[in-house]
Amino acid sequence: MVSKTLYDKLWDSHLVDENEDGSSLIYIDRHVLHEVTSPQAFEGLRLAGRTPWRLDTNIATPDHNISTDRLEREAGVAGIPDHVSRIQVQTLDDNCDHFGIKEFKMNEMGQGIVHVMGPELGATMPGMTVVCGDSHTATHGALGCLAHGIGTSEVEHVLATQCLVSKKMKNMRVTVDGELGPGVTPKDVILAIIGKIGTAGGNQHAIEFAGSVFRKMSIEGRMTVCNMAIEAGARVGMVAVDQRTIDYCEGRQFVPKGQLWEQASEYWRTLVSDEDAVFDIDVSLDAVEIIPQVTWGTSPEMVAPVTANVPHPDSQPSSDLRKGVQQALDYMGLVAGMPITSIGVDRVFIGSCTNSRIEDMREAARVAKGRVVASTVKQVLVVPGSQMVKAQAESEGLDKIFKAAGMEWREPGCSMCLAMNADKLGDGEHCASTSNRNFEGRQGSGGRTHLMSPAMAAAAAVAGHIIDVRPWLLEGSVTGVSQ
Amino acid sequence: MKAFTQHEGIVAPMDRANVDTDMIIPKQFLKSIQRSGFGPNLFDELRYLDHGQPGQDCRSRPVNPEFPLNQARYSNASILLAQKNFGCGSSREHAPWALEDYGFKAIIASSYADIFYNNCFKNGLLPVILTEPEIAVLFKTLYEQEGFTLDIDLSAQTVTSDAGLVFQFELDQFRKECLLNGLDEIGLTMLKADRIESYERDRAEQHPWVFGAIK
Ligand code: SF4
Repeated sequence: MVSKTLYDKLWDSHLVDENEDGSSLIYIDRHVLHEVTSPQAFEGLRLAGRTPWRLDTNIATPDHNISTDRLEREAGVAGIPDHVSRIQVQTLDDNCDHFGIKEFKMNEMGQGIVHVMGPELGATMPGMTVVCGDSHTATHGALGCLAHGIGTSEVEHVLATQCLVSKKMKNMRVTVDGELGPGVTPKDVILAIIGKIGTAGGNQHAIEFAGSVFRKMSIEGRMTVCNMAIEAGARVGMVAVDQRTIDYCEGRQFVPKGQLWEQASEYWRTLVSDEDAVFDIDVSLDAVEIIPQVTWGTSPEMVAPVTANVPHPDSQPSSDLRKGVQQALDYMGLVAGMPITSIGVDRVFIGSCTNSRIEDMREAARVAKGRVVASTVKQVLVVPGSQMVKAQAESEGLDKIFKAAGMEWREPGCSMCLAMNADKLGDGEHCASTSNRNFEGRQGSGGRTHLMSPAMAAAAAVAGHIIDVRPWLLEGSVTGVSQ
Repeated sequence: MKAFTQHEGIVAPMDRANVDTDMIIPKQFLKSIQRSGFGPNLFDELRYLDHGQPGQDCRSRPVNPEFPLNQARYSNASILLAQKNFGCGSSREHAPWALEDYGFKAIIASSYADIFYNNCFKNGLLPVILTEPEIAVLFKTLYEQEGFTLDIDLSAQTVTSDAGLVFQFELDQFRKECLLNGLDEIGLTMLKADRIESYERDRAEQHPWVFGAIK
């Protein structure tokens, strides 16, 4: 039998039809919808007189432009201050009601950022194909499924036909072996990978993250890693199924029980790359060399260890790269050669589909506990990724730790990850952020984003500038990486 | 979908690598529930000197004279010449909608982010891939020659300059057919409804837990 990669297996098991030129019809098991990329798709369905092919595959929730302010949230959809946002959220509710699609509405238990909510409810399971009109859909690949973002026309195509016209990608494996040092988290691992392969390194490839570091990593940590596969240019990131995957799934709301559970979990165990499977590209990193990472520029590949200095344009090999670095430094208001730790922060954002799960909240709380936010920092937002994360964090008293430190504990949503609601950076402000993109203006017009882990962001909030969190954490293990 | 067969038009430069979708259409404009009307806000932050808001009349906004699309020589451009990894970042289809709404018919770059590339085809916008040296030649000629136009022929898969330079490009045959004929992909897939149904029957037998859980 031909050896297959995990991606090959997932692809083959969902192939409905193949054209001569290799473009194929792929069956979609789970379709996750949110308010921003779905309205035009529903409108398209209506105009063509079509209805969804299957209802029990779709799951929806609003996340991108809802308020994270408690009082505004309590006022319901009518309380969304920006009227264009309000119409968009209302349109999602109306479309889901009209077509009979299961939606976790704004204030319902279960609501959350699409990529936090899907896995946590067990709506996404190993072996599935999962799509959503959002590029960070790769997150779900942490469970050993084939998950990727799609555009709005494709949202409509999946609604109408349960299939997607797709072309098989190539296989890429990123292996990280060895032991991570204390204070080095999944976020640092993925940022280091992006620093190594670049933001286009994974274009047209599906990345499988392999090696002892990922085997030992919790499922939530794997989600942080897979989430940012897109920042490495790959639509798909995934990790093979193991006992941790199965344990994570067991007992979740939409996961099968009894006899079906036995059958499903037995199948899921086969979802690993065959030992002699061949990858088109193989990259490896040594875990001991990874130290906490911080981005200094306007692309996730503009990343450096916290102990480094901001690079000099002249150190770049080509004139294009020199120009790019200079443009980034100008935008970020940084001087070449300055230590990363001398960068002051005006605001801090702990949240987003990259780092807003319970382990991220614990990691940040561990640093915040018994400390206070520096007086020079204007605002620290801690935004849980879902209603369930929020409830869990509150039951552990994490909200109290954050508030005692002078941080704001918010309602679940995307928040300052992309600033479609009121949570924004001001012009020229620096932000220590646990999100995934540091593009110009991503967190607010003129805002300057530095991507890092939740522990590093919490430490920056306390110090008032970027700082190496490791000495603060020497007392023990870090969450996200089960020891 | 609109068909694309052949197009000749003025070329405008977007001379930086990694142009992300937020640069193409900033997020505040994603709140619209329409498919059209994004053209005036294409490259909003680069194009205007103030901060754009949805629903504004863009004709009275201060424009950035440095930005190519604001310069007379590029004012009727319908082909965008760009650098590598164009369209990276989010999956927003608003990016091709904005380019198309502005009046662009084609983009030429050395590489694209996968999702953006895919989205272009759904909207009758042709993303042409040429090599980096070819792109460099085109940028040079574009800057030297006012009113620089190119002729793109999808059937022949060629880009031709008025000075007779011809560049060949590659793309999937399926995508090419759809674009040439303006075919509706959903309609095409619906023709295979039987296959989809039989796949579903097999799957429901083998992996029954995939069905019926969400109600
Ligand atoms: S948290 Fe940010 S990256 Fe994630 S889905 Fe929301 S906006 Fe997109």
